[in-house]
Amino acid sequence: MVNWTAEEKQLITGLWAKVSVAECGAEALARLLIVYPWTQRFFSDFGNLSSPTAIIGNPKVRAHGKKVLTSFGEAIKNLDNIKKCFAQLSKLHCDKLHVDPENFRLLGDILIIVLAANHGKDFSPACQAAWQKMVRVVAHALAHEYH
Amino acid sequence: MVLSAADKANVKATFGKIGGQAEEYGADALERMFITYPQTKTYFPHFDLGKGSAQVKGHGKKVAAALVEAANNIDDIAGALSKLSDLHAQKLRVDPVNFKLLGQCFLVVVATRNPSLLTPEVHASLDKFLCAVGTVLTAKYR
Repeated sequence: MVNWTAEEKQLITGLWAKVSVAECGAEALARLLIVYPWTQRFFSDFGNLSSPTAIIGNPKVRAHGKKVLTSFGEAIKNLDNIKKCFAQLSKLHCDKLHVDPENFRLLGDILIIVLAANHGKDFSPACQAAWQKMVRVVAHALAHEYH
Repeated sequence: MVLSAADKANVKATFGKIGGQAEEYGADALERMFITYPQTKTYFPHFDLGKGSAQVKGHGKKVAAALVEAANNIDDIAGALSKLSDLHAQKLRVDPVNFKLLGQCFLVVVATRNPSLLTPEVHASLDKFLCAVGTVLTAKYR
């Protein structure tokens, strides 16, 4: 079980309340595909990913980004039970989607940058630390059922 | 991993816009790194790492100066940082994973202070640049 301090929980839920899940999710996924282009390997059926502009405007990317970040929101509602919360998703990513867990870490790092860009000074060092821990925990949970 | 002409242009433009604030960016990145990744503090047992530490500010200035130097000599980062590379290999021996951590924090600093600068394209170029710097600094490790 993960040990969250009260301060960490507050920094995570407090910032989350200000996040536009659809926008943030779309941006995070788009940036993942742009900054780490090899991650496009999982999205061959998404249509046009030929340029940053194409990726940012791609409706499938936007929709999937929203889906992914909505899932994140579930983890935030279940901070004390993330592994259990993501057990099924973990199996899915291993058995059906065949996603190397390293990709969860990459997306987590990108999400941090998107949050930083959208929240400026509010994204204090303590806030960054709490969120970096959050994305690490989520990545770990998503990899937990891999075999 | 190769820096394209567009990457180089993006990096140079970014550091151009950051200008004299680079020192602050360096200090901010270090502060964030020590807080977000506490294991990085193990390389600085001789430093006061408290908030506002003059030593951290001073070191941030050095780190920033090295990044600026690399950006200004982006066609030959290995040449520009050769002495620093020797230093890291022979004396400092910072484990290679840590360069990625500092790189992440530097990107966060740019994002918090200058979000309009960090378009997806520039984000990609900067990330590649910071990777390249890390690679150069660890190139002579073994």
